[in-house]
Amino acid sequence: MSFYVAQFLTGLAEASSLFLVACGLSIIFGVTRIVNFAHGAFYMLGAYIAYTLAERFSGAIGFWGSLLTAAIIVAMLGALVETVLLRRIYHAPELFQLLATFGLTLMVEDLAVIIWGPEDLVGPRAPGFKGAVMILGQAVPSYDLLLIVLGPLVFGLLWMLFHKTRFGVLVRAATQDREMVAALGVNQRWLFTGVFALGIFLAALGGALQISRDAVNHTMDLRIIVETFVVVVIGGLGSVGGAFLAALIVAEFNAFGILIFPGISMILMFIIMALVLIVRPYGLLGRLEAPTRAVIAAAIVWAPLSSAGRIAVAAIVVAVALMPFGVGDYWLTVGSEILIFVLFAASLQFLMSTGGLVSFGHAAFFGLGAYGAALAVKDLGLPLLPALACGTTLGCAGAVVIGWFCVRLSGVYFAMLTLAFAQIVYSVAFQWTDVTGGDNGMLGVWPDAWAASPHTFFWLALAVALGGVVLLRMIVFSPFGYRLRAVRDSALRAEATGINRMTTQWAALIIAGTFAGLAGALFAFLKGSVFPDSLGVSTSVDGLVMVLLGGIGTISGSVLGAVVYKALSIFLVSQTDYSKLVLGAVIVGLVVVFPGGLGGITARFSRLRPVLGPAPPARPESLG
Amino acid sequence: MSASPNLLAVEGLRKSYGGVHAVQGVSFSLEAGEILALIGPNGAGKSTCFNMLNGQIKPDGGTIHLKGEAIAGLPPRLICRRGVGRTFQITATFASMSVRENVQTALSTFAGQDRRLFGLATRQHRHEADGLLDHVGLLAQADRPCAELAYGDLKRLELAVALSGKPALLLMDEPTAGMAPRERIALMRFTASMARAQGIGVLFTEHDMDIVFEHADRVMVLNRGEVIAVGTPETVRRDPRVRTTYLGEGLVYARPVEGGAP
Amino acid sequence: MTLTVSNLRGWYGAAQILFGIDLGVADGEVVALLGRNGAGKSTTFRAIAGLLARRDGQVTFGGTDVSREPVYAIARRGLAYVPEDRRIFADLTVEENLEVGRQPQRAGVPHWTPERLYALFPNLGTMRKRLGGAMSGGEQQMLTIARSLMGNPSLVLLDEPSEGLAPKIVEDMAHAIRALKAEGLSILVSEQNLHFARLISDRAVIIERGQVRFAGTIAEIDANAEICEAFLTV
Repeated sequence: MSFYVAQFLTGLAEASSLFLVACGLSIIFGVTRIVNFAHGAFYMLGAYIAYTLAERFSGAIGFWGSLLTAAIIVAMLGALVETVLLRRIYHAPELFQLLATFGLTLMVEDLAVIIWGPEDLVGPRAPGFKGAVMILGQAVPSYDLLLIVLGPLVFGLLWMLFHKTRFGVLVRAATQDREMVAALGVNQRWLFTGVFALGIFLAALGGALQISRDAVNHTMDLRIIVETFVVVVIGGLGSVGGAFLAALIVAEFNAFGILIFPGISMILMFIIMALVLIVRPYGLLGRLEAPTRAVIAAAIVWAPLSSAGRIAVAAIVVAVALMPFGVGDYWLTVGSEILIFVLFAASLQFLMSTGGLVSFGHAAFFGLGAYGAALAVKDLGLPLLPALACGTTLGCAGAVVIGWFCVRLSGVYFAMLTLAFAQIVYSVAFQWTDVTGGDNGMLGVWPDAWAASPHTFFWLALAVALGGVVLLRMIVFSPFGYRLRAVRDSALRAEATGINRMTTQWAALIIAGTFAGLAGALFAFLKGSVFPDSLGVSTSVDGLVMVLLGGIGTISGSVLGAVVYKALSIFLVSQTDYSKLVLGAVIVGLVVVFPGGLGGITARFSRLRPVLGPAPPARPESLG
Repeated sequence: MSASPNLLAVEGLRKSYGGVHAVQGVSFSLEAGEILALIGPNGAGKSTCFNMLNGQIKPDGGTIHLKGEAIAGLPPRLICRRGVGRTFQITATFASMSVRENVQTALSTFAGQDRRLFGLATRQHRHEADGLLDHVGLLAQADRPCAELAYGDLKRLELAVALSGKPALLLMDEPTAGMAPRERIALMRFTASMARAQGIGVLFTEHDMDIVFEHADRVMVLNRGEVIAVGTPETVRRDPRVRTTYLGEGLVYARPVEGGAP
Repeated sequence: MTLTVSNLRGWYGAAQILFGIDLGVADGEVVALLGRNGAGKSTTFRAIAGLLARRDGQVTFGGTDVSREPVYAIARRGLAYVPEDRRIFADLTVEENLEVGRQPQRAGVPHWTPERLYALFPNLGTMRKRLGGAMSGGEQQMLTIARSLMGNPSLVLLDEPSEGLAPKIVEDMAHAIRALKAEGLSILVSEQNLHFARLISDRAVIIERGQVRFAGTIAEIDANAEICEAFLTV
């Protein structure tokens, strides 16, 4: 019994840390509508800076002063980022902000390695809280007790801030309608900067408080950001109380889950999230987001390629197909990889642009395809083509299952649930060592002799990518494609016209997942191996970046986006040790300079013509 | 009384939100070819009623029968497939498509062809779509992007989309809001002639009392979730309870009630 | 003129909505902006208040060109914008909604406190702790006006205050607007309902498809059946 009490208290301490970080994210989202991917990076910076300061200044005042100073310094950095970067992109589509903050995260990770080195750093113990307190015969670290008190204390202070001060009332008002707040004479710029700095302060404080519990290293940002997303989504985006409740639930499930289901401890959190979202689609204390107001749709109606366009595309394809006669094997392998990602990106774009569904877990289907192909080769001894079919089928099957759950939600919540499922699949691949080889992956997945040379494999990849993109485009212009766009444009009208929103979106996810699975299966053969990374967040984000670079308003701009992004990242990895820093900077730069994506550049110019022109005369007489 | 059931029969319809009774025990019926107006102050339960009829909101209690079949609680897409078309107060159209494509998409849904993954959608039901667009006076604008349409034209497009399912009952939420008077009258006349010729029952809400009293066969007044009056336009506008709760002294609509302030 | 708008043009995305609007409001005057839905009334208001991302032309308020100023700065000069859809902060109480609108006292214009506003809109006084989301449409309309008055404006842009309200509440609204005029406020009010406009305004400007089609007194409109027929929902 007493053991369980101690375990419960450990859970509470964990909940407090989680709450600090998560409520920061929630507050920032509430007002600025930015899903701050860099939140984990600021958390990590808080920990690193606190570590550096605490090493220099000892004693109680030195230690606690270091933590607080670190949080303040990072908050100031946050304010700087907000004024210099985010202010430029508040009007860009939500995803671009996510992309920019993701780029920022990449940069911070490399910077942390440059400044603090790649090793784990262990900070000093907190003065006055070094020992343990005996509770019911169990030793509970006194630092944990401090954290247990701190969580509710911060919650209380935030409540006072939001209900008893003018700043707080303005923040709550802006959470609901920031434009109206501005129209009432409030300078939102400073409100936004203030809120962003406050959220970052909480994240950095959460990070700083970790230095005497846990090692500080340059991967802690991704771990915490995924956990934080889960907490915020369970609690309801924008709700501080929800974040508190969700942090408690997640931390306690972790504390006890590890005792009961040690094998699936990593997955438990995501299962809770999936369950909560199915029962309460907007989180425990969240609410339905009001639809974005006054969206004027593009004045360009999608149409199939003209014959001139087809000739141009055919010419490009022929030129690409002739590459094996002109370039060496290394470049052909690079080319094959790019082609595989062209198909992956095109499948995600089908989901995002035609379906209006933004997935953060598209790598799940890609990875399932890769593992499906690898298992077919290793366990069933199948040759290339049947193995590709197996991989594609596994990707499709994954989409059938995951899609069934996800289409119950929409918007940011849909994105987060896809992320959760991708993480579940990732954890399974990571932990089910007997079948998947776990972290060591599966090796020796080579194609048959006929396709083994780089140039035949290149042609295979070209044929598959081209076929996939063409098929996807045909679906866009098919009756089903229109039905899917109908749901995207107006779910209300679509349902009132007899269209089933859920099955439509489910089918779209299955189509996208199948093509992603095919790309993944081919990828396994290209690399000759499969690792859990192929299912990871970074693969999903790669896909998102490709689509956004290509232009989300286009049908297949992601083809261009995939070529540019993949070529760039392969080039950077070969040229510099700090590829993340450069890539991050490039992403941030692109988002700031081209908020419409590469494919959007041309559209930007052609859309400048006024479309409502001075009034064609009304024709009321033609009625009846 | 004829043996055949009413086109629409609503009995004891109820809905509350967290203790607030938005609609409490509403009953009415509607015949084929009849035009019934639903009026009342904001928050009287008009929208809730409307949304229950088309399935967007599940009723807490009561029954809705369309041509004798129970439809209460079905999702919108099934109610639509049983013959209920609707237009929205804030027009809902497929904004990324051309005007014709909007109607084609609806037609291919009703024809059960929207599962096809191949074949150009723009080649299907073209003729039929143009017929409907001609009907509502939008044929000349068939190729324009829907996003470019003027407000009144959007309303007519919505009507064409709603009609493509050949509905037996048409629900129109503030059909003439934002139109010029001539357009309004034309639209309501078109609606009336269509209702009579094809035997479509029409239920509409409207804030413009002139439209209500001019074009409805019967008027039903809702207040605090209850029907407080139902009858011909003339009886309803004379009803003292309707005047105190809704119509007021008649200062703000064209033809003042007899005895009201000028 | 406290407000002068000249050659105002405005866009939503790529779509141009306003094609050169000219109008003016004199000190203490109530001007009605008439036209049907989609004519550009709300867009005109949003452009004047600085809420339109893309706009062009000149807006002079109190002698200063404000056409390049950000939304909040225009509001702080004493130009209040009351949106058509009310946009009450649903999770905030009546008191808190008023607090968001509060701005420092300004010389030469009426100074509003919550107490004075409760006197003007007695309903609000009885529900100070009620959440905005739990109020009826009419009460929300009162609150959105009161909230803007907390900024001590000299000019109020009222976008369709009668929209969606029962005729009886519309009459109350007309009384409230007359009371504001009596306080010396200038008001630009958009309407579709000529009868309501007649109750409150001195002059009217009619717009249609983003252009001014008529400017004059209400009596002149009444005398001109063609105008009514063509542009208004009468």
